[in-house]
This record gives sequence, structure tokens and C-alpha cells, in this order.
Amino acid sequence: MTDPIITFDKVVKRYGDNIILDELDFDVLPGEKVAIIGPSGSGKSTVLRILMTLETIDDGLVTVSGQPLWHQRRADGTLDAASPAHLRTMRKQMGMVFQQFNLFPHMTVLRNVIEAPIHVRGQSRPEATALAMTYLELVGLSDHAEKFPHQLSGGQQQRVAIARALAMQPRIMLFDEPTSALDPELVGEVLNVIRRLAHEHALTMLLVTHEMAFARDFADRVCFFDQGRIIEQGAPEDLFGAPQESRTREFLGRVNV
Amino acid sequence: MDWVHYLPPLLEGAWLTIQLATGSTLLGGACAFILGIAATAQTRILRSAAVAVIEFFRGTSLLVQLFWLYFALPILGQELGVDLRLPAVAVGTLALSLNIGAYGAEVVRGALRAVAPQQREAALALNFSPAQRLWRIELPQAIPEMMPSFGNLAIQNLKDTALVSLLGLGDLTFRAEQIRNLTQDNATLYTLLLVMYFGMALILAGLMKWLERHVGQWRAKGD
Amino acid sequence: MLFDIAWDIDHGAWAFALSILPILLRGLLVTLEATLVGFFIAAVLGLGLAALKASSNAIIAWPARIIGEFLRDTPLLIQLFFLYYVLPDYGLVLPAFLTGALALGLQYSIYLSEVYRAGIESVPRGQIEAARALDLSTAHIFRNIVLAQAFPRIIPALGNYLVSIMKDVPVLSVVAVLELLNVARIIGDRTFNYLIPLSLVGALYLCMTLLASAALRRLGKSLPQQGWPLR
Repeated sequence: MTDPIITFDKVVKRYGDNIILDELDFDVLPGEKVAIIGPSGSGKSTVLRILMTLETIDDGLVTVSGQPLWHQRRADGTLDAASPAHLRTMRKQMGMVFQQFNLFPHMTVLRNVIEAPIHVRGQSRPEATALAMTYLELVGLSDHAEKFPHQLSGGQQQRVAIARALAMQPRIMLFDEPTSALDPELVGEVLNVIRRLAHEHALTMLLVTHEMAFARDFADRVCFFDQGRIIEQGAPEDLFGAPQESRTREFLGRVNV
Repeated sequence: MDWVHYLPPLLEGAWLTIQLATGSTLLGGACAFILGIAATAQTRILRSAAVAVIEFFRGTSLLVQLFWLYFALPILGQELGVDLRLPAVAVGTLALSLNIGAYGAEVVRGALRAVAPQQREAALALNFSPAQRLWRIELPQAIPEMMPSFGNLAIQNLKDTALVSLLGLGDLTFRAEQIRNLTQDNATLYTLLLVMYFGMALILAGLMKWLERHVGQWRAKGD
Repeated sequence: MLFDIAWDIDHGAWAFALSILPILLRGLLVTLEATLVGFFIAAVLGLGLAALKASSNAIIAWPARIIGEFLRDTPLLIQLFFLYYVLPDYGLVLPAFLTGALALGLQYSIYLSEVYRAGIESVPRGQIEAARALDLSTAHIFRNIVLAQAFPRIIPALGNYLVSIMKDVPVLSVVAVLELLNVARIIGDRTFNYLIPLSLVGALYLCMTLLASAALRRLGKSLPQQGWPLR
């Protein structure tokens, strides 16, 4: 039994009076591809944002690769709040693709992909460029390296965003509704890239999505979230084919799988 | 008419005006960025200090600042035993720079805060340090937003240089007053003066427009 | 001695400061008067300028725009000198105070005309189209729909320019208007102590600006966001 690469242990996240995550227990094994589905406001994106250190937690413990994420262990074993340096170290293991792509508009495609490897990982420009080009080829955009984001379609921009996240060579890739902001005809090209990644790489991948058919195809495990908790989880054919919980059935019925 | 004879001394004065305007705009620009960035800092002390400096120089009249630096500062120096008598040129440059710096800082602060928070998140996700985030991601996107306002401030600064003539500094306005005292040719001189300032302002406006286009090259051309 | 009030230079800095305060306040009064008169002139002229610039008749609109640019891009000091020295050459002699207020009014009329224009243009076109479709008259549309909604945007902007005018009033000292800075300078000339009067002037200006900003913020919040409510 391998140790999980991600653990959430009774994690609580509040926003004002609202409880976003309600004592969440959640584990991910190394190399696992997990699809997270559920209604809006169920806390799905928050799980990813907490992992990417964009949001703090109010209670509970999150670990990545066995180490606490939002806490630090002192010499005597007790826990302290994480320092910025600790967060920076932990962050190296995660990469994130956002719903709104968030490419840097003032940089070319290539520059978007090499900027962090050069200035954060300290790679040389030739090194970073060579690596970037392999990832741009992976996503099918190596011909567009000198273009600016505004010259690309939404689907192309999102694929660049995937290459940009991959270029930092994370162990865990987080996809926060990657196709929700795209026109329908552009969704396919992005999903194809994600599918290839899933099949050809041993990366751990967490995907929050509304694309149920794709979740079915991509995931080793599907988790249904509602009101800050996992209501049901399991292999895609089990969760989609024979949902046990009434809330799961209700949700899947509404989204018409 | 006689006005052609006025041109040599006036052009000398105009040269000083241009030098003063350029120097104070550049120095003021630097102040604007330093103060504006400090005003968006995470640490409360730095932020409050920057805001206090900004409000101080925006809240007091430029002429008051000029007179204070020229007449009052030396006396303060006397009390402290230090020679704080600044030449008019230094007073003029300093006051103009601080004035445009304070107004510019507000522009910088506003433009930085207008950068989409998603950009900050993307930068954080890629593990850029806060300094790298500011320098490589936020500022380049904020600067095109600042340009129109900077253009207005630059012209305002040019107009404000006329006030240094009241300290006896030989700028365009001062030279014109000298000639006027001799010739009493009021209408001609002041018309000439207005036209010359207008000309300089138009050139400056053109320059700022070019700069605005240059820094915004990467932006989408409409949608 | 100024304004029939004597100052006290024999009992130290604080006594001096206190003794000149009433004199400075007289100067402040002149400053405030000049601000208000200048603002009033700017508001009226600005309205006229805005109307001319918006005219569909190019022969009216273009000269108005050029004059506007000219006034905007030339220093207040020169405009003041022009009015003060050139007008008498043509037979029009105004008291210094009025000349100063007029100069302020001219310089700021441009900015205020822009405020009017921006405020009016901020009302969505769709509303005017809907009003026309309802067959309302142009005058009615302008007053009850455009102006009423532009109003909460215009007032705070006008307030900001009021404060700007106040900060420009010291320029009037060159034509011997006894505003705040001029009064302080005269005290300094006569007592050789510029530090206290000028510092007090700075402090007074800072107070006035902070008070005005706070008042404007309060005013801005109390204004109905959607426009002048019409029941």
C-alpha cells in the first residue's frame, strides 16, 4: 500500500459565516488521476486552491508528499503555521491550470513558458527554451511560440497555460475547470491534451470539471462534492453507472450524463 | 514688429524651462514609482508612511512648497545649526519633483491595484517571489494604464515651471517679465509667451502619446 | 502690523505663532472668497464651453475646442498676467481680486467643461433611445433622464476641482491679492522670520484639504447612486 501523495485530514475552510469545506477527509495516491465533480459552491475549486497555496485552511491538516503544507513541523514534532519560505518550497511540487487561463498578456507564448523556469528555477535561457519547446510541441503549439496571447483562441491559450505549468515540472497537476470558459468547439482540443497527459505521464492529476463524459474517460477515481464534503467517490463506471447516494443521483440526473 | 528682438532672451528662458521641466518630470517619475509601489506594500508601516507623504504633498499648494523651501528652510537650518540654503534651481526642481511625484504616486497606486488578481494568482502558482511578481508581471501590465494620466501630469508640470520665475529663476516667464519691465509691451509679450508655452505643451503631449503607444504595444488591438 | 493687528516677536516662537494666527486667518478668508468666486466663474464658463464644444455646428465647436486646449496648456500665472496687464491697455480695469478670480475661472472652466461632458456621456445611450421611443421631448429627456443621472457623478468631480482651485489661489499673490500665502510672506518680509508664518500656511492648507476631502467623501456617499430620485 503506497503512501498518499496528498492528504486532507478534517480540513475546515470558512468564508465569513459560510463553511466551504466541512471537515474534509480526502486522499490522493501518487500517479492517480482524480476527477472532482459537484454543484457550484460545493468547495471543489477550494480544494485545488488550498493545494496551490492560494487559500489558507482554518482547521485540520493538509499534507503533500508526507509533509504538512500549511504547517511546519518544529524540532519537537509540534506544528507551527507555515512560513513563506516553507510554502515556496512546497509549492514547487504543484502546478495549476486556471479556468481563465491567466497567461501573461505582455509576454509571447514562449516567454510565458520560460519565464518561471529561468527566474524561479534558475535555468539558463537555452535550457529553458529547449524544455519549453518540448512542452509546446506536446500541446501542439510549437509554431505559435512568438505570438502574443491576444492573438490566440481561448483553446490555444489554455493549452499554452498547460505547457507553462508543466514546464515547472511539478509532481501534481491541478486543473480548475479548464474548459468552462471556452466556446464549445474549442473544448475538445484542450481535453485531448489533458487526456494525452493522463495516459502518457505518471503525474498525479486533479481535475475539477463539469465535462462528465470526459471525467468518465480520464479518471481513475471520481469524487462527488457537495456542501464542502465528499458525498460519494469511486471508479467512474461505479459512480456514473450506479450512484449510491440520492444527492449524487440528483446531481447526475440534472447534468444529464 | 519688435517681437523678433524678444526671441533670443525668450528662447534662453525657454531652454531653462525645458531643462527644469525635463529634470523634474524624470525625478518626479522616479518618486511616483517609489511612493506608489510603497503605497501598495504589504507592511502597514510602509504603506501608511507612503500615503502620508503623498497626502502631504498633494494637500499643500505648490507655490507654498516653493516659498517654504526657499525662505523657511534656511531659517530652520539656522535653528539646527546646518546650512540649508538651497539655490533657486534646486528648490524649483525639488518642489516640482515632489509635487508631480505625489500626484503620480496616486496614478501608480491605482494602476497597480487595477491589475487583475488572477495575474497575481498565476504568478504565485508559478512560484515567483513577491518582488518578481511586482517587477515582471504586475508593473509591465500596469504601466500602459498609467500613461494617459502621466501625460496630463507632465503638461501640468510644464505649466507649473512658470512659478519658479517668482523665485528669480531665469526661466521663460522671468525673461518675459524682464523685457516687459523695460518695454511695457504687454500684449505682444504675453501673447508670445502663451504661444511658446502652448507650443512646448503640444510637443510634450505628442511625446507622451508616442510613449503611450510604445509601452502598450503588446496589447490587443480591440476585440 | 497688518490688518490693524500687531504681532508679538518678543516672547518666543509660540507667542509669535499665536499672534499672527488672526492675521493669517484674514488671509485665509480672502483665499476662500477667491476660491468660491473663481469656482463659480469656472462652473458657468465651463457650462458655456461644454455647450459650444458639443455643438453639431463645426464653426462653433472647433474654435471652442481650440480655445479650450489653449487655456488648458498654458500656465495660470501667464493668463493672470495677461488679464492684469493687457486688459487695462484696452480700457478694462478690474480690481486685482476680480482679475485673479477671473483667471482662475478661465483656467478651470476647461476642466469643468470636461466634467460636465463626461458626466453626461456616462448615461447609457440605450436610455436615451428608450426615452425617444416613448416619444418624450428632447428637453424632457435631457433634464429628467440625462442630467438627473449625471448629477451624482458630476458633483464629486466638481468638488475635487474646488479643492484644486483653492491650492492655486496663492498664484494671485503676484497681483497683490492679500490671500493666505501673500499675508505670510509679508509678515516674513517684515519680521525676517519666514519659518513660522510659512509653516503655519502649510499646516492650514493641509487642514483645509483634509477637511474638504472628508466632506467630499461624505457628500459622495450621501448622493443617490442612481441619480436624482424622481417619484
